[in-house]
Amino acid sequence: MKGYGAWSLIREGLRHHLGWGRAWGSPAPRRRYEVVIVGAGGHGLATAYYLARNHGITDIAVLEKSWLGGGNTGRNTTIIRSNYLHDPSAAIYEKARQLYETLSQELDFNIMFSPRGVMMLAQTEHEKRVWQRVAHANVLQGIDTRFIGPEEVKRRVPIINIDGPRYPVLGALWQPRGGTARHDAVAWGYARALDRMGVHIIENCEVTGIRTEGGKVVGVETGKGPIDCGKLALVVAGHSSRLAEMAGFRLPMESVTLQALVSEPVKPMLDVVVMANTVHGYISQSDKGELVIGGGTDGYVNYTRRGAFQHVEETVAALVETFPVLGRLRLMRQWGGIVDVTGDRSPILSKTPVENLFVNCGWGTGGFKAIPGSGWAMAELVATGEPGALAEPFALSRFREGRFIDESVAAGVAH
Amino acid sequence: MSRRVTFGGRLIDRHQTMPFVFDGERMCGHPGDTLASALLANGIRLVGRSFKYHRPRGVFAAGIEEPNALVTVGEGPRATPNLRATVVPLVPDLAARSQNRWPSLGFDLGAVADLAARFLPAGFYYKTFMWPRWAWEKIYEPLIRRAAGLGPAPAAPDPDHYEQIHVEVDVLVAGGGVAGLMAAETAARAGARVLVMEAAAHWGGRAPVEGEEIDGRPAEIWVEETLARLTASDKVTVRSRSLVAGVYDHGHVVAVETLDRPLAGGSLDGAVLRQRLWHIRARRIVNACGAIERPLVFPGNDRPGVMLASAVRDHLINWGVAPLERPVILTVNDEGYHTAELLLEAGIAVAALVDLRPKGAGALERALRARGVRVILGAGVTATHGRKGVKGVTIGRVKTGETLTRLACDGVAMAGGWSPSVHLWSHAGGKLLWDEAAQLFRPDPTRPPRGGDGAPLVIAAGAAAGDLEIGAALAGGRAAGLEAAEALGLERPDMPLPASRGRPAGTRSGDWVVPRRAKAAQKERMFVDLQNDVKLADLELAVREGYESVEHAKRYTTWGMATDQAKTSGINGLAALSLARGAPIPAIGTTTFRPPFAPVTFGAIAGLARGPLFKPLRKTAIDGWHEAAGAVWENVADWRRPFSYPRKGETREEAAAREVLAVRQKVGMLDASTLGKILVKGPDAGRFLDMLYINTMSTLPVGRCRYGVMLNEQGFVIDDGVVVRLAEDSFLCHTTTGGAGHVHGWMEEWLQTEWWDWQVFTLDQTEAFAQIAVAGPKAREVLVALGVKGADISPEGLPFMHSCAAEIAGIPGRIHRISFSGELSFELAVPADRGLELWEKLAEVGAPFGITPYGTEAMHILRAEKGYIIVGDETDGTVTPHDLGLGRMISKKKTDFIGKRGLERPFLRRADRWRLVGLEPVDGQTLLPVGAHATDHGINMFGQRRAIGRVTTSHFSPTLGRPIALGLVERGPERLGEEIDFLTTEGETIRARIVDPVFHDREGRRLHG
Repeated sequence: MKGYGAWSLIREGLRHHLGWGRAWGSPAPRRRYEVVIVGAGGHGLATAYYLARNHGITDIAVLEKSWLGGGNTGRNTTIIRSNYLHDPSAAIYEKARQLYETLSQELDFNIMFSPRGVMMLAQTEHEKRVWQRVAHANVLQGIDTRFIGPEEVKRRVPIINIDGPRYPVLGALWQPRGGTARHDAVAWGYARALDRMGVHIIENCEVTGIRTEGGKVVGVETGKGPIDCGKLALVVAGHSSRLAEMAGFRLPMESVTLQALVSEPVKPMLDVVVMANTVHGYISQSDKGELVIGGGTDGYVNYTRRGAFQHVEETVAALVETFPVLGRLRLMRQWGGIVDVTGDRSPILSKTPVENLFVNCGWGTGGFKAIPGSGWAMAELVATGEPGALAEPFALSRFREGRFIDESVAAGVAH
Repeated sequence: MSRRVTFGGRLIDRHQTMPFVFDGERMCGHPGDTLASALLANGIRLVGRSFKYHRPRGVFAAGIEEPNALVTVGEGPRATPNLRATVVPLVPDLAARSQNRWPSLGFDLGAVADLAARFLPAGFYYKTFMWPRWAWEKIYEPLIRRAAGLGPAPAAPDPDHYEQIHVEVDVLVAGGGVAGLMAAETAARAGARVLVMEAAAHWGGRAPVEGEEIDGRPAEIWVEETLARLTASDKVTVRSRSLVAGVYDHGHVVAVETLDRPLAGGSLDGAVLRQRLWHIRARRIVNACGAIERPLVFPGNDRPGVMLASAVRDHLINWGVAPLERPVILTVNDEGYHTAELLLEAGIAVAALVDLRPKGAGALERALRARGVRVILGAGVTATHGRKGVKGVTIGRVKTGETLTRLACDGVAMAGGWSPSVHLWSHAGGKLLWDEAAQLFRPDPTRPPRGGDGAPLVIAAGAAAGDLEIGAALAGGRAAGLEAAEALGLERPDMPLPASRGRPAGTRSGDWVVPRRAKAAQKERMFVDLQNDVKLADLELAVREGYESVEHAKRYTTWGMATDQAKTSGINGLAALSLARGAPIPAIGTTTFRPPFAPVTFGAIAGLARGPLFKPLRKTAIDGWHEAAGAVWENVADWRRPFSYPRKGETREEAAAREVLAVRQKVGMLDASTLGKILVKGPDAGRFLDMLYINTMSTLPVGRCRYGVMLNEQGFVIDDGVVVRLAEDSFLCHTTTGGAGHVHGWMEEWLQTEWWDWQVFTLDQTEAFAQIAVAGPKAREVLVALGVKGADISPEGLPFMHSCAAEIAGIPGRIHRISFSGELSFELAVPADRGLELWEKLAEVGAPFGITPYGTEAMHILRAEKGYIIVGDETDGTVTPHDLGLGRMISKKKTDFIGKRGLERPFLRRADRWRLVGLEPVDGQTLLPVGAHATDHGINMFGQRRAIGRVTTSHFSPTLGRPIALGLVERGPERLGEEIDFLTTEGETIRARIVDPVFHDREGRRLHG
């Protein structure tokens, strides 16, 4: 396979780019794989990648019912940050953020990690105390954040309204190395790297059943026939509960539609990522010039991927109030994704009641930023059968024990 | 060169002129013009630059589908980027600017990207800009960001106004063409309440332009008469310039009406009411949004002068403008012939008609030849010439590309077939089917989007349903009206179908691209998505690289992601993928149609929710007094509360300290009206509250108060407050200020989903009562001076945690002897409309006792000195009653309460949990920062420094004269006297001693005073 870079672009340009090969193949599934991963979203692909890279396992099939990266990997607002409150969250998100720093070079695919800085606004005295608490926690966790005053907020985001009247900006939690990345490219970059390592990615291959023998997983039924496996990892976000049902267990999880939207593209006006929890809205500007805006979740369980306009209205009103210059810009497109939300809004990376069957789900509204860290931790779990430090706190058993990792206090958005 | 002609012009007033400015140049148009028609009338061909390669572009279409002619309209704070010139109505002195060019539209340095275009194919940025690693964020990305974007970023807040309206109708008809009007009249005649919305400023859609006839007269007359009847009907509401933007679940529709109307009562800064956002609840929706003509994909098909044939006709008939003076017409159906005839009729020369179909169009073709027009069959345009506008084209064979001739011309009018506007059908889940004969996707009537009742919600009619001919459109409109009426249970009206005569489009050629076997270099100039510069070569590259699913191809190439959202590029892109993959178009599938149909202004979505009306502030009945007293404010949930009342020369913190001392030494008064007050009433009220709180409420005697704590199912504290038993069957539950709404919702959720058979009603009375805390050693004296009737407020008559009804200073109300300050305290509750009166009387009669109003900060300090928790400070959704030292409150007798099971889980029982303690800085003077964490200097499993506790509250105590804090510390209560280290974000270490959380009056003597 051809390497990427300016020279290969020029060389190919001279012959009209006819020489580029497939970024990833389209193999027919084999009868058996050592590891089958269901779900070729960011987390599934990253799991496969770190299984191959860190654990030398390449006899892997990643099965995708549709097109790879088409779930929440391709529907999120691309924000990457690790300014979490609780130690386990901070650990896994910071691991992910660090991997993102060099992911383009590692994958030879420009995923456009853009550490432009993430700012979480404090707009009430209470919120200010919350972010100051997170900043203090981050000191011990070794995560580079600090609480900044309203003047610095205004300096970094000149278009912001810090004076209210309803919700004046009292400061912000600032993570200078947080930012964004090109979401699709993360999936494509992993897929291309996996293909080079001989891992099979099989698209349009829906899993319709899970076969177990004596409490042990032995294979899956798919639209392309049965596939045997030594180990099975379910990494399918919103549809995890349905697959778990096929394997005979339940997950403490609900699926709801989360919306996002973009404006028409304009010249640069916002250099950092701004999250405003009190008024409920988060926003960044893509390299293309669109304002990328995160909306809210529906208040009821559904799989529609549509969502109610009311959430768009709330979010847009909040952002027009926070950034009054947005008033005449226009909503170009809105969409929805199915987010998988657990009882404590933290993910599940875990063994299951079925032997050799592992789940990675429950990332809710915050999965994109975690992809490399999640893949890293999940690969260790699948390869060794036991969780490492990163995955251990996120085991299913925590719901039984009450060992919650509740980030609602610092989850970025209050939904 | 384009110019105004004497032909046509039905929408303009030729007797008046209207000046406007484009890129600094003054020009004139007529009222009724669009910016695009006025520019064309002035001979302006170059209007914009494309997104990626900055290629010169001109007006391409005549409606919202316009991909090229995007301009910024207006100046200063009203500058609005990315508007389609084709739908901007000309107004006097309108100022428009071209975009995405520097230094000028004619000479754009950005066009170097076009020179390097062969090295910048789709997705080139995924393959490069990776080395050196630092350069992406420092060099490449900033450059890309500057080059990208379209219009200028706005620089000042929008001064104009927007409003919203909510309506409920039986039938919403989207689209005011003949199908829509027919549907509306049919439904209205059946008795339905109908709302008809047309995005354009004019009615009738394409019928008047196409010279079609209804009832033997021009369609325009039928349109006018039908519209007049609809307007006159009291069942029908008619709105033009109103775009139906999106259909959401449950029949919720969002539409935007453009008004640009002076504000009622005028305004100083010339602000106008710009738009109105409609929230429509419709029982049935008729999608009659018409269809959009498709361009053809051939080399150089993006140059100014290449445009849709329908846009040529529109400009001619509607605005009296010949966008081209000597065009080549390129067609895949009979519409090119109609266009040629129209041009000839208007006195405009046609360089040639080029028909992709080898067999031509029979009689139409003969007629055209007879008029001296050169007709070339089985051919297409294989090249365009002229950098900033077409000067000539090369004609070649469709199949081979073999050159036949080269023609001088000033543009190409393309008739590439039609794409029904199925968006509103698809938004809420309607499915499509591929019509092979017509080569288009049309709504599949067997798989419509369904409403809350499970019945079809959207009915497609006219061109939007794929019925392109006028007879079928009228019939479809009528059928839609009948279907809607029937669904609403209305009687079938007598609605005759008028006779009509139109011009059939004929059979479409099966070709999509010319030439069929284009060379690689040609494909790099065959544009599919004009705005985003996505070419045939790009879509082929996507397939070659494995991005072959329609969604991958879209995302990889950015095809269909421009501001026009694939309106002219969608089907052509699918065709390109179909050719590259060798699979039929329906096998490629479509991308999802997402709202909005066309961009919607953020200001309109925000509506009136701006400034003070953004989440309107809640104010207590006493707010005005606080304001006059110079209070500084703190937002608490949606309320504002006085933080403190600084006197001259005082900081707000100094004021709070003074207020604390006043309460401790004399007496203070606090406006506590924001506390949640929920009335819980009914025979099962006590039983219900026993489930809600960890302690027992059913045993509370009437007239007594009890502090209660509420948990969620997980066992974590979510709210607290004092419960008062007002009568045998009624309780008043106080909640936190921020928690009132949640707690009320929480109660209702349980009553409605779990205990629906219990006889309990809840009522949030928070705003019905003003509540004033009178606290301090002289509180009782103040009350005596105030005058209390009907109650004995002596220590024996109204002991601590008792409550009684009373007439307070002549106002009927209640007195609760509860305290959040640790002092002797009475909370006086009176009807809200008398709250201010009571407060003012208190201030007056309390003056001799030194009564001092105090704010939230003093309240926080007073409670911290007493070690009382605040939900949200000491708790965060992860703290149990045991952690707070409130474990003894948990009733042992109750078999169940919310959170009981959660609390029994092992992790919530662990001995090493962080628990509430007091903290005192060892040096006696350093204030511990709230949120600071303590560490034992060890390392945890993640390699992080181990945390063993945190500060939840920290104040300088005026009472004690030193800093105090509350915190949660690992095994805290077992470690009283120990010293631990807190790390600050500044890297300092503050050592603190773990102490009992009650710093003041540990015995509670003052409380019972």
